[in-house]
Amino acid sequence: MILGVVLLLLAAGLLAWAAERFAGANAPRWISLVAFGLGLAWAFGEWQGGVDANGLYAAQFFEWIPRFGINVVLELDGLSLLMVALTMFLGIVAVVSSWDEIEASRGFFQFNILWVMAGVVGVFTALDLFLFFFFWEVMLIPMYFLIAIWGHENKGYASMKFFLFTQISGLLMLLAILALVIFHQQSSGAITFNYRELLAADIPAPARSWLMLGFFVAFATKLPSVPFHTWLPDAHTQAPTAGSVILAGILLKTGAYGLIRFAVPLFPEASGEFAWWAMLLGVASILYGGVMAFSQSDFKRLVAYSSIAHMGFVLIGVYAFNEQGMQGAVMTMVAHGFSTAALFMMAGALQQRLHTREMSRMGGLWVRAPRMGVLTLFFVIASLGMPGLGNFVGEFLALLGAFKANVPLAVAATLGIVVAAVYGLWLMQRSFQGAPNPDVEAMRDFGAREMSVMVLMMVGLLWVGVYPQPLLELSAATIETLGVLP
Amino acid sequence: MELLWLVPTLPLAGFALLFVSEGRLPDRVVAFVGAGSVGLAALVALLVGYQFLQSGQPSFALTLWTWMSVAGFDPSVTLYLDALSLVMVGVITGVGFLIHVYATGYMWKDHEEPAGYSRFFAYMNLFVFAMLMLVLGDNLLVLFLGWEGVGLCSYLLIGFYHRDAENGLAARKAFVVTRVGDTALALGLFLLVRELGTLEIQAALGQVGELSPGMATAICLLLLGGAVGKSAQLPLQTWLPDAMAGPTPVSALIHAATMVTAGVYLVARMRGLYLESDDALHVVAVVGLATLLISSFTALAQSDIKRILAYSTMSQIGYMFMALGVGAWSASIFHLMTHAFFKALLFLSAGSVILALHHEQDIFKMGGLRKKLPVPFFGMLIGSLALVALPGTSGFFSKDAILLTAEHEAGWLYWGGGLLAAGLTALYTTRMMVIVFWGEAKTEPHDRSHAGFSRPNMWLPLALLALLSVAGGWFGIGVLDDLLGGVRSFSHFSPLALATMAVPLAAVAVGVWVFGRRAAEGGFMRSSFGRGVARFFASGWGFDWLYDRVFVRPFVGLAQANKSDVVDLVYRITVAITRGIHHIGALVQTGRLRWYAVNTALGLIMVVWLVVVA
Repeated sequence: MILGVVLLLLAAGLLAWAAERFAGANAPRWISLVAFGLGLAWAFGEWQGGVDANGLYAAQFFEWIPRFGINVVLELDGLSLLMVALTMFLGIVAVVSSWDEIEASRGFFQFNILWVMAGVVGVFTALDLFLFFFFWEVMLIPMYFLIAIWGHENKGYASMKFFLFTQISGLLMLLAILALVIFHQQSSGAITFNYRELLAADIPAPARSWLMLGFFVAFATKLPSVPFHTWLPDAHTQAPTAGSVILAGILLKTGAYGLIRFAVPLFPEASGEFAWWAMLLGVASILYGGVMAFSQSDFKRLVAYSSIAHMGFVLIGVYAFNEQGMQGAVMTMVAHGFSTAALFMMAGALQQRLHTREMSRMGGLWVRAPRMGVLTLFFVIASLGMPGLGNFVGEFLALLGAFKANVPLAVAATLGIVVAAVYGLWLMQRSFQGAPNPDVEAMRDFGAREMSVMVLMMVGLLWVGVYPQPLLELSAATIETLGVLP
Repeated sequence: MELLWLVPTLPLAGFALLFVSEGRLPDRVVAFVGAGSVGLAALVALLVGYQFLQSGQPSFALTLWTWMSVAGFDPSVTLYLDALSLVMVGVITGVGFLIHVYATGYMWKDHEEPAGYSRFFAYMNLFVFAMLMLVLGDNLLVLFLGWEGVGLCSYLLIGFYHRDAENGLAARKAFVVTRVGDTALALGLFLLVRELGTLEIQAALGQVGELSPGMATAICLLLLGGAVGKSAQLPLQTWLPDAMAGPTPVSALIHAATMVTAGVYLVARMRGLYLESDDALHVVAVVGLATLLISSFTALAQSDIKRILAYSTMSQIGYMFMALGVGAWSASIFHLMTHAFFKALLFLSAGSVILALHHEQDIFKMGGLRKKLPVPFFGMLIGSLALVALPGTSGFFSKDAILLTAEHEAGWLYWGGGLLAAGLTALYTTRMMVIVFWGEAKTEPHDRSHAGFSRPNMWLPLALLALLSVAGGWFGIGVLDDLLGGVRSFSHFSPLALATMAVPLAAVAVGVWVFGRRAAEGGFMRSSFGRGVARFFASGWGFDWLYDRVFVRPFVGLAQANKSDVVDLVYRITVAITRGIHHIGALVQTGRLRWYAVNTALGLIMVVWLVVVA
């Protein structure tokens, strides 16, 4: 079924592209919506269906290039399921958020959204490194188009930067994958790209650190972590709303997922030795991202930098090497998916209404559009880590795990929650509070369409914040099988 | 007692209803929902409290669900009722209800936006919910939920009039400064989990003996960091005076009666832990005494009536911290309770004055209001008498308990410092009363009907709070002694007690003499030294100035300087170098055939030379 879902998204993409021609301008977005809705329903169905004897919700295996030990290995375990469900949900959010934003070539736009997400689903389920890398690249090209074609004033620069960062870091990963396969062949005699077999690969000491770094840099660039982050503010700011929602909500998580699934389990010793540095990068991301967010005057850019800060919590959680840290990282991924997607949707809605992202040209918007004000407030509060909402659970667990691993770094990371309050409330002040800006005479508030997804995201954050246990159990199953925690 | 879950749930339901209705409910319904939900919670609390006292159990716990469970860390959402939380719940729902009722009148037609009334009560109800979770949570993580929740509501309500950027600044300052304390608190929690493996308060207190003394002190001080932030004690006190930007009922509820005492509650709740560390207790006492003295002096130099009360609140909480530090646990909580009564009364009465004077808050623009505003006058008078600890009022009993226990447990220094502050309290309170209500009138109040206090929903809470301010101490200490224990009996008629009683009264007399005759305006205050001292006090001892230079400006400066992200420079330079090489390479691509031919020929010659010669 997993391959079927990927194919469904790919086919829906082709259909949406063609549909604009023969079924009108409305058809593509409805096709997208239905495809993601089906995907979400499928994910819920697999969850309800429970696990098989191997602890998997679904699994598929086809031979692909047997000569090189390359196969289509798709498996859906707890963590994958969580991420796939989030992907489908954010697909819906992305479509709804760009509902009437896009006027040029709507069919091709939806095609790109669907193809990115197809790649993402592949990334979250592939357990063959060749296949994984294939899907990793599948995500990239349509995303490039989304920014380059439907982006804002500086889209050429931003899309090229995005492409080069991802491509060059991806190249490092490809080299690392190939080297890993060769090392494994030398020791075992068999050539294979299968994840589970490569887990057992025996790699000599200096080489394994370099291979680990190859993976780490690719994932840390995607995450992104300081100092590989500078593509993100540009890409986010220039992307159309749906692009930003997908980028922040789900593409960043492929980096986090890659760390948890590949970088750490494939090279446990090397990762253990590197853990201090990775946590340091996490702390740097939290604090540097926070200060950078505060210094921005562009609404969307501020939210983009705040993403870097939040992903820092993922980094310290994963490299704390304990279950609390790892679970904190996963919960942060989920919660950040909701809260930041919502804030980017808000940024897009503001730009559509005001034709600017500059906060100096906003101010007092609460008076014009109270619903948007309340929603922005809610998601700002969530993202600054208010207990009862999802981000808190993630950040608290990540910090708790980090504290057990390294006290000074955890203390520094905890200071990030002060910085988060500073930039979050400053965003709120400059856009929605203060004296109403006289240049903004009227502004359409959110209607039923926007509210529907916003309410869903609020409910999602409350769920993760108040009763995260079902989600924790989903990821706990995966984390235990990774076999890297004491 | 199983109904305990209803106590926090009712205000939450009130909030949810107001939130979901998006301000579409008529204002009368909003008032009913807003005040009614808290009133119902107070009734349920009364019932539960009665059952609890009847049952004779020392405590009662009600587990609702397990919040999360990760590798042995499994905090549950459990409500825990004992004497301490019962007192707190009583204050929060009881005083909270009276303030809500008052606010239905105070906020009526006050707002500039259509949904403002509803938004106000939504925030207020959410606050009551969060505050109840704070005091009822049997797990420090649940306490932390309430802790951050009240901070959020405080932020929302300080900045309630959000069109004015000044209010936004005050709100953000309050949130960020307290968050600095919360960071310390969070670290304290991490340390507790690491050392004891649990955040369940009772379970953790049961095994504090396992902690090394240094570790116990570290955890105590980290928790204290959170407490001083929330309770506006040194060194995180600077946010409270600015928090007065919020509507006056907010100041009464959040910034006088309940939230700012959360720090006191936290230390009292973790008593077993603090008893492990004499050093930490000593710090608590010193922080309390220092805040008490500094803010008493500061209150003496303020001209804004709400800021006077704010500094007064800081100093009274200083008493509570000092009491905790010297081991006067029950006296501290007792003062917390009586202070909630009389300070709420003072704030609400001041609110009526402010409302009657077209939102004037400067005491020097008031004057002679005694006859014109009788209800607020009597409210403030009774509140002031309790604040200066006139024998017989509630404030007298609790302050006496603190000072006399301090003398017995910790010596003359704390008693003397506390007594000096009591004198200062009497002085600034007299100053405020004399300037506002006596002397010549400077601003003409609205007529009675407009001034608000003629409506029963505004004067009735004042009357009830006045009653509590006077009589709230008569039974309190006895009941609290039984409940909280650990208080030694003392006589109100020993020489020490009589001295403790006499100093505030003497200070009142001095105050009347000085401020009544405007003596303060002459002599000392004319000298440049006097004016300098007054300015120093008025600024709150320069803490804002200091923090602005040490923290705010460097942070903002750093952020502004690096707006375009210095890390990106690495990549931009790489691009520039690549481009440079590209341009050099492009120079040969001239498109002229002669140039290509010459180059081809030269290349050929070179190849031949290489082959033949080398």
